[in-house]
Amino acid sequence: MTDSVYTQLLDLACGAFLLAAVVVLWLRQLSSIVEVFALQGVALAAVAALLGLHEGRPGLLAVAAGVGLLRAGVLPRLMLRALTAGTPRRPYPHYQEDVSETRETRPLVNVAASLLSAALLTLLAYAVSRPLVELHPTPATRALPVGLAVVLIGFFTLVTRRRALAQVVGFLLLDNGITATAFLAASGVPLIVELGVSFDVLLAVLVLQILTTRMRAAFGGTGIDDLRELRD
Amino acid sequence: MTHATTALLLTAPIAVPLATSAAYAASGLRGAKARAGVAALAHRTPRRRGAAAPVATLVLRPGGRTDESVHHGSPTGTRGDGPGTATPAGPGTGSVAPPGPGTGPDGSPRPGPGSVTSAWPGPGPDGSAAPERRGAGSVVPPRSGTGRVGVVPPRPRDAPRVARPEAAGAVPRPLTGRLGLVSPFAILTCGAVLACTVPDDGPVTAYGRLLRADALTVWMLLTVGAVACLACAANPAHLAHERTDLPAARRYHLLIHAFLAAMSAAVLAANLGVLWVAIEATTIVTAFLVGHRRTRASVEAAWKYVVICSAGIALAFLGTVLLYYAARQAGIPEAYALDWQILAARADRLDPSVTRLATGLVVLGFGAKAGLAPLHAWLPDAHSQAPAPVSALMSGVLLSVAFAALLRYKVIADAALGAGFTRTLLAGVALATLALAAALLLAQRDCKRMLAYSSMEHMSLIALGAAVGSPLALSAVLLHMAGHGLAKTVAFCASGHIARLCGTTRIGRIRGLLAHAPCLGTAFAAAVIALLGFPPFGLFASELGLFRAGFLSGPRWAVAAALVLMLIAFAALAARTSRMLLGPPPGEDDEEEPVPLGADAAAPLVAGLAACAALGVTTGPLTALLTEAGEIIGGH
Repeated sequence: MTDSVYTQLLDLACGAFLLAAVVVLWLRQLSSIVEVFALQGVALAAVAALLGLHEGRPGLLAVAAGVGLLRAGVLPRLMLRALTAGTPRRPYPHYQEDVSETRETRPLVNVAASLLSAALLTLLAYAVSRPLVELHPTPATRALPVGLAVVLIGFFTLVTRRRALAQVVGFLLLDNGITATAFLAASGVPLIVELGVSFDVLLAVLVLQILTTRMRAAFGGTGIDDLRELRD
Repeated sequence: MTHATTALLLTAPIAVPLATSAAYAASGLRGAKARAGVAALAHRTPRRRGAAAPVATLVLRPGGRTDESVHHGSPTGTRGDGPGTATPAGPGTGSVAPPGPGTGPDGSPRPGPGSVTSAWPGPGPDGSAAPERRGAGSVVPPRSGTGRVGVVPPRPRDAPRVARPEAAGAVPRPLTGRLGLVSPFAILTCGAVLACTVPDDGPVTAYGRLLRADALTVWMLLTVGAVACLACAANPAHLAHERTDLPAARRYHLLIHAFLAAMSAAVLAANLGVLWVAIEATTIVTAFLVGHRRTRASVEAAWKYVVICSAGIALAFLGTVLLYYAARQAGIPEAYALDWQILAARADRLDPSVTRLATGLVVLGFGAKAGLAPLHAWLPDAHSQAPAPVSALMSGVLLSVAFAALLRYKVIADAALGAGFTRTLLAGVALATLALAAALLLAQRDCKRMLAYSSMEHMSLIALGAAVGSPLALSAVLLHMAGHGLAKTVAFCASGHIARLCGTTRIGRIRGLLAHAPCLGTAFAAAVIALLGFPPFGLFASELGLFRAGFLSGPRWAVAAALVLMLIAFAALAARTSRMLLGPPPGEDDEEEPVPLGADAAAPLVAGLAACAALGVTTGPLTALLTEAGEIIGGH
């Protein structure tokens, strides 16, 4: 693989990675959001695999496979299960009236404004990460702002979306962004840390899935706006 | 010390709680298997006890349980352990399949399909109306369950710790209170042994620099161990009164010990990445402890807790990644680029602008876990909804452990950037948190939330001490962590008893506690007095040291502002508490006897207050340790 092909492929993967985060903001159907999140996991694994190929480190390829498995396979499946567990099966599947549980109906910021914010956040990420790129300019570190942009978009999703599952996706976007930053900046953190982090993320999603179930049992829905028992 | 001893000392604080946790998990599995065996046996040979059981059930039923359906795994009968109740299940169990731990993977309280249940009529707390089965009532052994002993009339003792290993029969006995004390004592013992050696011999490492213990580690281990001892000693009394069913109690113990293991790991980790993993693990294991009661409020608190803490602490991981990047670019090899000691030693080579960004993210991230603004919103909710011993652990040590992680990063940042950056950052965060806590304390109407905001107040003082940054200030900070941990543990455990006694945590509805329940009221009053910073308690000494150091070397404006804000918080806390404590007791008739506090419940409270007072008088043999720990963080 020549350097220019490597750079182009890396930029392509990073572009897909960022695009997936933006599309998450654009969509409202929760199942589609989860699918896009899975695609983002594939893009992340591709970034890691490209870095591994370029640097000739088979260990990194294995990490890439693990990351792909977790973020494009296991986590989306878990979330879809949480989603389908809560939606009662209807007799006429194509004639659904009540779709509020599976859709993000009332985000705090509407879709158009969200997309605009995503653009602003990306600009902010580029501005903030200038010293990071200047420290060691390579094709990989030049793509570093993408990781930070996804972190910011993830935070934005977490804050503005009012469905439990959409918040989980926001948290995972944040995490994907951090993992991408780690890969692009330093070809990933040491293996033991990477393993620990992946395990923690998996457990956190499991916990959140169970809490979603309990929330549905206690509140009759998964809207975050219903959570207002506790306040001062 | 030989290498093996070191490895043992550094591993035990993590391994023993993990093993305890596993033992609780295994007791569930074993119980399931034995239950199957007993069920088969009971089918063939009905025992005589079966005849007596319905009578006992009748005795039990007026025990005021109309509001709650109680699930009985039938072999729990052996654990009732009154003399002579060791016979396992009566007839009728045979018709039921092996119960399993009774819970799905989601830890749902509903008995799993096939678990032996008999429910008293009435809607369950989770809305699952269990079917009433009169016939099955005879299955219920008279004194079943670990938990509800405190409310069952025929049972005089308020003693849920009922392990009687010598009476082991076919059915394994449940693991109860005493096992719960093993892991805190292990942590405390390892801390004590290390406290004897580390100040003289210097830091020790194990497993190829995976675990490391320096003076700061040892101090935190001691604090975690001491607070965990108190909280675990308070557990049985708490569970007894909460009427927790057996699987839920087992899950509770399992999670508590996993929580202790995660905190020990966070304290002992030499690698900053592993440190992060351990702190995130504390969030995960405590999520279900916060949501233990499954009410709407506790589900809400658990959700907010996991989302805010996980997202907040993810920022700290981003900061760690950036620091790793800077370290790699500074020529530190991959294996050592996250090792705290090496990073701190070579921090002057790190790129300043990258380190600045990383430090900001880390302060924000670990600040979230330590209850500092702006990501503090989870704290009052989680602390008010968690069971009292869990609140005590979270408030008493989890916040401090997270802040100790922040202190480690502070050393690196100070060496790379000079002291000014973290000083400004931490002082700003501390004042913001303090202002917020003082304002919300003024308007507080809930007792446990009041204690939670008081934790924020104390954490902001700790952050202020870190901002001052001199060795004296840091020693005071560490002393403050320990003193606050002990006093807050007592306060939360007492508040748990108060909530049970009065049936509410609303400050407005609690009156005359000193007259109504003198022992409990005195313990709570003493704990609040300690939290207010009066002598002879440890917090007086630490606050004195902190402000002295602040006016000597620190940002004086910040310290002065903090004093004013503290005064507001002081007034609010004192006013609210005196409302609860003083005045006539709530009952109309004067003949009402003062409510005594059982010895089991009183022991942890007294021990905590005594330890806190001892810390205020002298640090004794720990002085060298404390000074050295202060030097490690503040000596640069």
